[in-house]
Amino acid sequence: MQYLRQLNLSNRYTKTAMSLHWLMAVLLVGLFAIGVYMHELPLSPWKLQVYSWHKWAGVTAFILVLVRLIWRFTHRPPPLPINTSRFAELAAHTGHALLYILMIAIPLTGWLMSSAKGIQTVYFGIIPIPDLLAKNKELGNLLREVHEMLNFILAAIVVGHTGAAIKHHLVNKDDVLTRMLPRWKR
Amino acid sequence: MNKIITILASGLAFTPLAQAVEFNQIQAEKSTLGFVYKQMGVPVDGSFKKFAAQLSFDPAKLNMAKAALDLDVTSIDTGSDEGNDEVATKAWFNAKTFPRAKFESTSFKALGGNRYEVSGKMSIKGRTQTVAAPFTLNQQGSSAVVDGAFVLKRADYAIGEGAWADFGTVANEIQIKFHFVANAGK
Repeated sequence: MQYLRQLNLSNRYTKTAMSLHWLMAVLLVGLFAIGVYMHELPLSPWKLQVYSWHKWAGVTAFILVLVRLIWRFTHRPPPLPINTSRFAELAAHTGHALLYILMIAIPLTGWLMSSAKGIQTVYFGIIPIPDLLAKNKELGNLLREVHEMLNFILAAIVVGHTGAAIKHHLVNKDDVLTRMLPRWKR
Repeated sequence: MNKIITILASGLAFTPLAQAVEFNQIQAEKSTLGFVYKQMGVPVDGSFKKFAAQLSFDPAKLNMAKAALDLDVTSIDTGSDEGNDEVATKAWFNAKTFPRAKFESTSFKALGGNRYEVSGKMSIKGRTQTVAAPFTLNQQGSSAVVDGAFVLKRADYAIGEGAWADFGTVANEIQIKFHFVANAGK
């Protein structure tokens, strides 16, 4: 067992994968919180600002997830612990696949929603991102519902993902969590 | 030969006069009055749904030409429902006290070709300013298509006061675009 743990410890995520993972973690939690907060706001300059920030952060997350996917496909992640059950393995792979799909689909629905609502996304107020749809109120409202629903699904999977990582650390006592953390001095 | 040239020349000289007609029947259903405002660097389209335009314009008699516009400020479509409710408030158009905005021409000048410029007085929210708008007039049979645009500075009319007075979220410059179709009358 000691041998196995040591073998796994050398089998860590790359620094780039870790940076992207934690940067995305912070961005997604922030984006989710801002999204929940902002849509209840009464119309004000503050609301327009917050919406813009949310869109800019969303575009950033979208770019980062594309970088992440490229990194993921060119760098094999460390394997799951050897004693992982078939069910846990399937759950882990499905969960990760869904996380990636949602990290792509959510900014896309936000972008489409902006187009349909007639308010183009202009990255940092400087770089206009082309509208993919013509203005259409009903479609805009539908996309808002889809954007919201996908976010709640993402939130649920993130809770599962976090719970699984903590369970690995505390119950299985393996390195599934720590291999995604910067190495600390021991 | 000389005679022919004389006849031709006189014919040419008379052509504008022979075609001179006064366009004075605005075709409301074919005319539009729109605007573009910038919020957080994003250009957003809006329009005025209810307006009455009057025109009497003979390209050969510019000193006699007249244009007037009367619009219902509650008919502003900013692109979103909450925006439409907002612009009726005191901070924006104060629609209860100033339900109508008006424009009345004072002079026209030719800019060459089919291009003209109209100057006049614009009254919004109890404030009157002099504005000038270049436009093109294209004759199509017995009707004329007028297209023009000019920039209106919202601060000149106190449109957007208080929290909205800052141009950081909603820019001062509002581009007004007009498209009128007018038939020739008697």
